[in-house]
Amino acid sequence: MHWLRIDRYFKGDPSNPEIYHQPVPCMQCENAPCEPVCPVEATSHSGEGLNDMTYNRCVGTRYCSNNCPYKVRRFNFFHYSDYDTPALKPMRNPDVTVRTRGVMEKCTYCVQRINHARIEAEKDGRRVRDSQVAQMKKEPTNYALLAELNTRPRTTYLATVRNPNPDLVAAAAPAEKAEAH
Amino acid sequence: MATTKEITPVHEVRPTTQELRIPERFIPTPTIEPGHNFATITDHISSIVLRRKTPVGWFIALMIAMGGVGLLTVSISYLLGKGVGIWGINHPAGWGMDIINFVWWIGIGHAGTLISAILLLLRQDWRTSINRFAEAMTLFAVASAGLYPALHTGRPWYDYWLFPYPNTMGLWPQFRSPLMWDVFAVSTYATVSLLFWYVGLIPDLATLRDRATNIWIKRVYGMGALGWRGSAKHWHRYEHAYLLLAGLSTPLVLSVHTIVSFDFAVAQIPGWHATFFPPYFVAGAVFAGFAMVLTLAIPARKVFRLEDFITMKHLENMGKVLLATGLIVAYAYAMEWFYGWYSGNPFELYMLQNRATGPYKAMYVALWVCNGLAPQLMWFKRFRTSTFWLFVVAMFVNVGMWLERFVIIPASLHRDFLPSSWGMYHGSMGLFFALLFLFMRVLPMISIFEMRTLLPEAHAHTEEEGAH
Repeated sequence: MHWLRIDRYFKGDPSNPEIYHQPVPCMQCENAPCEPVCPVEATSHSGEGLNDMTYNRCVGTRYCSNNCPYKVRRFNFFHYSDYDTPALKPMRNPDVTVRTRGVMEKCTYCVQRINHARIEAEKDGRRVRDSQVAQMKKEPTNYALLAELNTRPRTTYLATVRNPNPDLVAAAAPAEKAEAH
Repeated sequence: MATTKEITPVHEVRPTTQELRIPERFIPTPTIEPGHNFATITDHISSIVLRRKTPVGWFIALMIAMGGVGLLTVSISYLLGKGVGIWGINHPAGWGMDIINFVWWIGIGHAGTLISAILLLLRQDWRTSINRFAEAMTLFAVASAGLYPALHTGRPWYDYWLFPYPNTMGLWPQFRSPLMWDVFAVSTYATVSLLFWYVGLIPDLATLRDRATNIWIKRVYGMGALGWRGSAKHWHRYEHAYLLLAGLSTPLVLSVHTIVSFDFAVAQIPGWHATFFPPYFVAGAVFAGFAMVLTLAIPARKVFRLEDFITMKHLENMGKVLLATGLIVAYAYAMEWFYGWYSGNPFELYMLQNRATGPYKAMYVALWVCNGLAPQLMWFKRFRTSTFWLFVVAMFVNVGMWLERFVIIPASLHRDFLPSSWGMYHGSMGLFFALLFLFMRVLPMISIFEMRTLLPEAHAHTEEEGAH
């Protein structure tokens, strides 16, 4: 169950195409289509604008996933997590809940790390200000995926600007860089 | 009907029309065959339940249906044990058989309510001989439909969270979700349908109680009859209650499937997000429901020899309803193309193109054949008055309506906005038929007292009253 999908787009000759990558995690939409359709309010907006998923409230209607235009939610159609094999236990992140069968899960922007950083900043008396992310969002090349659907995604991308030497175009097929948050 | 033919007709059916030489096509077909009076109707219908020996075929049919229930139980156990993945669903198609079957069943129920409530209010007396049957069908279809949303969730044991009840979590369900609206719509529908059906049954249960010879059977029907004695006061209150329930049911015919269509229309997936879904779904529901009434009534009238009561007129009328609603549904299919083109939305256009030429094109073509072309036969009286052709068309519609939901649900989900998230999407009949067979055996299939009112004697009475 991957919460981050790497989309590939191809351009040019199919036998030797240029490949463009685009990582697609949950967009943490400000106007999230998944939120109003959940009948038990298992997915809701946090005060910080994250699109939170409450695993233990989820009954598993899968309506949120159906209504997600990015299809970035993942559902436990079967019981995928192995609770018993001892060797697998150390593999798990102790800060992240192990999801059971029948619940929806999704990228959380690693909310446990955000919270950890917030607590540390609080202890040091630092204030979150004009961060690097906020500055990069102001770039003119900043764009959102499927912005026309008015989901107002928080995950946005920076378009790569290329100006290659025409003689070298055929040779290079650089990957597109993506910037989250 | 060999026994009743000997009884002299109380009322000669159309003497005046014959004298006037009115062309035959203008003579209305009777809603009840000539040669019946109060006694013969009561006798004939109640004897199916009380006296006639249970046919062997009934046991075989029930056994097959019970086998279906067994299969259902096994399937449900497997589902609960393994998880909803056994439906064959996966991302991106989060809904499959579960919701297709839910919408299919709930749609079927609508004909029952339409026949019993709306046709009652419109004083369409031809409804009388099919309404009990259709109401029972509604009830059992809703029971079958209710299984699906309850079992389609990932953790069905927490389904009760969808109900608004005060709880220690301090949390209400989410009232903005169409699934929440579904809970109210379907549970209201089930309750009103049950009440309507039961209230309509009370006078007939009393008739059965009075005619039963076995003391235990008498007691059981007696309990069901709730002390009905048939006094004028009883009838007065009964008529009021029945009319009120009909009034309550009428908006339900429109509201339930409207809300079900909101499950899709409120979402923003191309192929779901369409404002015309509510009327389209309601027409589709009536269409599917009448097809199912025909599917069940045609064999039932044959087996239980009810041709005198469920006449060709009923079947023909149902054929006409099938044609009318079928045309609405076909219009909706055509309009989808128009809106796709008119919106200029590339996602909508692609969705339609993919429907017609994509991996599920066979389903889409079959849908047009079943729901668009097959009902066109109903333009012709020859097909409308042939039980064989009616049955064939009804079966086509039953299949077609299932395909419609298939085309809407997984086929819309499998191709949405981003090509990277595209994918493919790879039996509860028993309960319905078992309940139906039990019903046919245990309760009077046709409303006895209402059939009596179809007789000329009853009309003479009302005309007198009107003259005052």
